[in-house]
Amino acid sequence: MSDTVAKELPAGPAVKGKLSRDDLLMRGGMAVIALYLVVTLVFPLYAMLSKSFSTFWFDLGQYEVQVSNEAGVFDGKAISFAALNEEMGLLSEEDLTAGSDGRLGVTQFFPDFSFRSPVLYKIRATTDSGRYLVGSKLHTGTVWLELDSNTFRRVQLRPIKSVGAGNFVKFFSTPALFNSIRNSLWIAVVSTVVTVSLAFWFAYALNRSCMRFKGFFRLVAMAPILVPSLLPGIALVYLFGNQGMIKEVLFGASIYGPIGIIIGSIFFTLPHAFIIISTALAISDARLYEAAVSLRASPWRTFWTVTIPGARYGLISAAFVVFNLVITDFGLPKVIGGQFNVLAVDIYKQVIGQQNFEMGAVVSVVLIVPAIFAFAIDRLVQSKQVALLSARSVPYQPNPNPKTDRIFLIYCSLVACFILGILAICQYAALIKFWPYDLSLSFRNYQFDRMDGGGWSSYFNSIKLGLITAIAGTSVVFFGAYLVEKSNGFKVGRSVFQMFAMLPMAIPGMVLGLAYIFFFNNPSNPLNVIYGTMAILVICTVTHFYTVSHLTAVTALKQMDREFESVAASLKQPTMKLFARVTVPVCLPAVLDISIYLFINAMTTVSAVVFLYSPKTTLASVAVLNMDDAGDIAPAAAMGMMIFYTNAGARILHLIASKGILRRTQAWRAR
Amino acid sequence: MNLRKTLQIPLAAAILAAAPVTAQSAEAELTVYTAVEAEDLARYAEAFNEKYPDIKINWVRDSTGIVTAKLLAERDNPQADVVWGLAATSLLLLKSEGMLEAYAPDGVKDLDPKFVDADDVPSWVGMDAWVAAVCYNTVEAEKAGLKPPTSWKDLTDPVYEGHVIMPNPNSSGTGFLDVSSWLQMFGEEGGWEFMDALHNNIARYTHSGSKPCKLAAAGEIPIGVSFAFRGAKSKADGAPLEIIVPSEGVGWDMEATAIVAGTDDLEAAQALVDFSVTRGAMEMYNSGYAVVAMPGVAKPVKHFPDGLLEAMIENDFEFAANNRAAILEEWQSRYDGKSEPK
Repeated sequence: MSDTVAKELPAGPAVKGKLSRDDLLMRGGMAVIALYLVVTLVFPLYAMLSKSFSTFWFDLGQYEVQVSNEAGVFDGKAISFAALNEEMGLLSEEDLTAGSDGRLGVTQFFPDFSFRSPVLYKIRATTDSGRYLVGSKLHTGTVWLELDSNTFRRVQLRPIKSVGAGNFVKFFSTPALFNSIRNSLWIAVVSTVVTVSLAFWFAYALNRSCMRFKGFFRLVAMAPILVPSLLPGIALVYLFGNQGMIKEVLFGASIYGPIGIIIGSIFFTLPHAFIIISTALAISDARLYEAAVSLRASPWRTFWTVTIPGARYGLISAAFVVFNLVITDFGLPKVIGGQFNVLAVDIYKQVIGQQNFEMGAVVSVVLIVPAIFAFAIDRLVQSKQVALLSARSVPYQPNPNPKTDRIFLIYCSLVACFILGILAICQYAALIKFWPYDLSLSFRNYQFDRMDGGGWSSYFNSIKLGLITAIAGTSVVFFGAYLVEKSNGFKVGRSVFQMFAMLPMAIPGMVLGLAYIFFFNNPSNPLNVIYGTMAILVICTVTHFYTVSHLTAVTALKQMDREFESVAASLKQPTMKLFARVTVPVCLPAVLDISIYLFINAMTTVSAVVFLYSPKTTLASVAVLNMDDAGDIAPAAAMGMMIFYTNAGARILHLIASKGILRRTQAWRAR
Repeated sequence: MNLRKTLQIPLAAAILAAAPVTAQSAEAELTVYTAVEAEDLARYAEAFNEKYPDIKINWVRDSTGIVTAKLLAERDNPQADVVWGLAATSLLLLKSEGMLEAYAPDGVKDLDPKFVDADDVPSWVGMDAWVAAVCYNTVEAEKAGLKPPTSWKDLTDPVYEGHVIMPNPNSSGTGFLDVSSWLQMFGEEGGWEFMDALHNNIARYTHSGSKPCKLAAAGEIPIGVSFAFRGAKSKADGAPLEIIVPSEGVGWDMEATAIVAGTDDLEAAQALVDFSVTRGAMEMYNSGYAVVAMPGVAKPVKHFPDGLLEAMIENDFEFAANNRAAILEEWQSRYDGKSEPK
């Protein structure tokens, strides 16, 4: 319809298509999955945010005191502590803010106080919420309590709950806390620069040279994804610790601190950067290079004007992914960080060490900020990306060049040595009886039941978690992606759903885990029953890794023409039948990819589940952390390697299964 | 429709499978929170069931910090009936929140008074003590040319620079008991002066209390400030360790038992607390701990250092609990703010 016609005619009633049963079903399904995301993501984050604003302070007006004379006779005059404080100008507002465990001694309000004096005191709260301790016993209520001087000195006022930004003020006025921001950013930036540079040349060698053993290098580069992020930390202790095999290399510098965190971060983020950059380098237009040659550009100039601009989106994306992984990682700095405080570990220290949930929530909120920033910039950059390949492009084919190929081979071998070396050290450490005094080999370190961390059952729990997460998660994610991709109309609902699906990417695992405590461990929450069970671990893991799975599913679904839906509709077939009979089989490769992604991540994740596991649901990855924490480093390495072998096995099974299933379901792809 | 159903099954199954765990609260079942070593739990339950065969114990075990965090988080809806084997410092925190049910078990008068809550009707009763000590790796110390320290003050000698590891009091109960004992022994000012000097020698602070000793056992560091129990275990495993009891005295905490206020089955809970202070129970604790709450019961435990009981300071738990927040804050601002290890 052209504009002119629309202007001439008077506006009629809005035309509304009648919703079919199928449409309603699909919208209903979408609402259910959107509700799932709201309950498992938005509500917990809200609970955490409100916790960070929950403060405690001493309400001096809530308490009254009477003082007798030397003979122990009271004149009946009561005075509130607020009035006393004002009179003496003793405590400022800042002094009166406290943590949940705050205590305020009362004798400071009485300058002449002596615990030997015969003076008697009476104290009471003026409201029911006023609480105070005598010794360690809690008292409440408005009944006067008479105490002698010696007992009165043991009176401590307890703070009451209130709402305000006090926790944030405290965070930013405590150097020990806010220094972590600088440390975290510094670690993340350095690791990002190094990792992206290393990954770029690795990917460049694999895509743009004629070096040998490319398949092997590709395989090696992916290996770190199969282990928990803290495993390289354990290997570094064996290499560079005070009893390290090659500690001389560091020239006396300590591996415990930024050096260790950065080396370990490079190890575990390398595959992520490599995949992204490799994808970006894989496609390029040979005509650009031909043009560069005919314009007599030097290889150096060609590199900067053709190669780098072509890969820039990949580089930027890789940089933000690495930045986010490092700044939110918790396992590695915990194992090898020494005195170098970072935000993610601070959350753990506040919650587990000091039971200060409010401050934990504050640090979480602070940690979300850079993560969301990185995420937002990345999305912005991605949306500017334009197609590099047009129909007329000629794919670039590298030409053999013995000299550069040899350099690349050496380079890639070095990187591969680094990766395999770290894994080999862990395996070796796991088999040594008692490093460094008894180097004989034994399986003693595999007797996990003798250690903290839950023993072998935590290993089997992890496998169970991986399997349930893979099955349940893939179903939810793929079905959700299908509904959002293929339903008709309902634009607002679909874009809201898309937004929810992208959100988990920006939320650090640590923060998600803590938010789950606040939300699910609340007795008035009907979902409280899942707290401490395997179900909450599954839900947390699915939500934590929702975004990447969702994007994989959406990409696969986008490749399917919407015509399928139209054909199904005209054949009067229900959409669900189409989904089961056509969509799922066609997208099976993507479905398998999502499930292996979820399985591997469920096996290796530490940060999200460290607050949520219960004694019955201990996990292998958390056991690695706890065993290392207790000083059982060799068993920790042994368990870490068990995770590696399990994931490698799962990966191989996945490859075999994909091949078999693909041959049966994807026969149509071949002519 | 079929598909919708199938994809809901795993979630529903997971929730159903988990439900009975929280739903059970039959008469003779007790949910007992504990931080006792995992390998001892079965033995403890067995001994208890010999006397009370119809009370079943459901253990919930984790490290001290986590059990404490869990109990505090469940303040408004306690899941535990009894806490059997948690640091007294943690129990004092719970007590000051009004979460403990005061109860004087039969036989409480047979215990050493310093192992019992000072109130008329005690809120908690002690089991065994958990005493600070220094783990000293003789092999590594010799390599570094060190002499064994005999006192806390010795450890501040510059020769030990970079050779000492201790737990961070902000994340470890053992670390806190060290700091609190130094403040009690050396006084407020002297204590902080001592820690200033000690800080110069510390290579790094760990998150757990047993790690310094395990690191010393592994030769990662010559001297680890930890606790005697851990040292004795590592020594039994064959580590070249000497366990040193500093001459000024050592801080300690105890594992203790308490009833959680609002328990469904007070009678069974009281039976458990009664049992926890019997002579038999004390002998049971003695297999791992050299110092137990009932005087005259403890037999020497292999590899434990001599003179441990005499070296234990008069620990003022009330002081420790009431000043905990302030002490930790002060400690953090003095030593945790320095990010770079030197």
